[in-house]
Amino acid sequence: MTEAPTLPNSLRTQPDARGHFGAFGGRYVAETLMPLILDLERHYRAAQADPAFKAEFDYLLKNYVGRPSPLWFAERLTNDLGGAKIYLKREDLNHTGAHKINNCIGQILLAKRMGKTKIIAETGAGQHGVATATVAALFGLPCTIFMGAVDVARQQPNVFRMKLLGAEVVAVESGAKTLKDAMNEALRHWVANVEDTFYIIGTVAGPHPYPELVRDFQSVIGEEAKAQILEAEGRLPDMLIAPVGGGSNAIGLFHPFLDDTDVEIVGVEAAGEGLGGKHAASLAGGKPGILHGNKTYLLQDEDGQITEAHSISAGLDYPGIGPEHSWLHDIGRARYEPVTDGEALASFQKLTKLEGIIPALESAHAIAAAERIAPTLGKDKIIIVNCSGRGDKDIFTVAEALGVKL
Amino acid sequence: MTRFAAAFAKPRPALVAFITGGDGDTAANLDALVAGGADVIELGMPFTDPMADGPAIQAANLRSLAKGTTTADLFGIAAAFRQRHPDTPLVLMGYANPMTIRGADWFAAECAKAGVDGVICVDIPSEEDPELGPALRAAGIDLIRLATPTTDAARLPDVLNGAGGFLYYVSVAGITGMQQAAQASIEDAVARLKAATDLPVAVGFGVRTPAQAADIAKVADGVVVGSAFIDIIAEHGDAAAPHVEAFTRSLADAIHGAKEIAA
Repeated sequence: MTEAPTLPNSLRTQPDARGHFGAFGGRYVAETLMPLILDLERHYRAAQADPAFKAEFDYLLKNYVGRPSPLWFAERLTNDLGGAKIYLKREDLNHTGAHKINNCIGQILLAKRMGKTKIIAETGAGQHGVATATVAALFGLPCTIFMGAVDVARQQPNVFRMKLLGAEVVAVESGAKTLKDAMNEALRHWVANVEDTFYIIGTVAGPHPYPELVRDFQSVIGEEAKAQILEAEGRLPDMLIAPVGGGSNAIGLFHPFLDDTDVEIVGVEAAGEGLGGKHAASLAGGKPGILHGNKTYLLQDEDGQITEAHSISAGLDYPGIGPEHSWLHDIGRARYEPVTDGEALASFQKLTKLEGIIPALESAHAIAAAERIAPTLGKDKIIIVNCSGRGDKDIFTVAEALGVKL
Repeated sequence: MTRFAAAFAKPRPALVAFITGGDGDTAANLDALVAGGADVIELGMPFTDPMADGPAIQAANLRSLAKGTTTADLFGIAAAFRQRHPDTPLVLMGYANPMTIRGADWFAAECAKAGVDGVICVDIPSEEDPELGPALRAAGIDLIRLATPTTDAARLPDVLNGAGGFLYYVSVAGITGMQQAAQASIEDAVARLKAATDLPVAVGFGVRTPAQAADIAKVADGVVVGSAFIDIIAEHGDAAAPHVEAFTRSLADAIHGAKEIAA
């Protein structure tokens, strides 16, 4: 690990003009895509300066997505753990059932602004694919979703949802046929269709400006949470906890709090079968490298060949992580803890029974970390956990893991 | 005179041939390319995630990696090639992560040691040049840049800044081995590029037959062929060399005979 540099006055001014978060991020794409990436950045800057863009974004988040999402005091979970008070940011209550829609709304407004007439996206578990197909339906744009053939087979309900929404779902047969390969194929399609196609990337990764703009669209999570906790408790929380695959829900919660340095920030990586076995913990088990347009921590071998990730949660099953997380990790502003498949499964059931909330397996990773940490803190402490999505999509996976036949 | 300069100084267009390292009997196939008349060799470094490549080269990457090909193996192939063929320019082509994982200086030094003349890195555009460019140039290795149909006049100077060897014009916005560009668009593009640089301009992507290659050779300094070789290696496996040589000869005859370039 590199030595932490002196902290600048604000941690919220990244990335720099070239899209770098410290040593991470950047624009590592083929020349064919470079002019398009630059064009996207120009349009994003113009959109940021246009009050009408923000007004339309806010209108859709409120009236279509159903924001603000509640901040729920999980009293029974808190009492059960006997430590810090736990609040859940209920992104699971958004339209389509997860935080993914926030970003899709923002990006399709950008697509419209740029005059693009076709939408593409990659998806792992299918949540981002469903969210993208949803906004494409809302705006009447044709949409193609790239999904690994393995994921297509294990996420049939979401595949059917996307098709109902009018999207074409392309089963990607290359590589390990999961999220990483879906992203490769989406990039290949994009490079051959740059004139009319907008690529809605689902997480805070990819070439600049994607990590920045996805973060900005997701920051509504943290902004709301800040106002809500001030109203409920009259003060900021002591800790934030969120699950991290690519890391868009996490950065959305974290970013508005980055300069509140008394607020501890904890990201939760998927440790799969454990860090000694197959896992998806890029920070704990990877090292910096270049993939999918950005420099960040990656699971890879000594030659820089990317290794396959594993998590019971398809949404965390990716061998990389957003570059801003890599930066926050290296400067020490956030810390990242691993949670295994087994721990996530236990927390999935515990939250369901104690709070009547079925969390996504992604979110269950964050709940598991909260279960570990809350008892070590006093009852006067406050933790906000991002319940990034609902778990209905995961009931088949969970049933199989528990040996239950549906 | 560098090997590139010598290869492009001949009074005829050049055949630039690409194969993936570690896919099939690479040493025999490289010898076949030279014997068949290839003027410049591009040796692909296999990568798990070849985002700019079509199905043929994707499969070649995975075949090579499945056989356990390492970066050290690639440099071994390159060094042995240089021993056997002192004059043929050799380019390593691949993706950023395997090239930079041990540091750009390490990679550049290994290239120099192995007798590699140039490097094409698909996913390091001029904006990210510090990642690899300075180390290569310091080691005397040419960084070969790509220009594409989307590279506009405003960008072209940035693309050319720090470029060496030759300029690789990717004639279609797309991935390797799929569709071919219209001849007229290639002519326009090459004219535009030649007006902006003294580097030789080689044109590739989607070139699969001697006839296509001959058309392009009428307007360019070189023609790049890759996926068509990969298809032959995929079909014939370790016994591909004679087929590679025959196909190389048909391409070289078509390209070399397409026009005479004034010295």
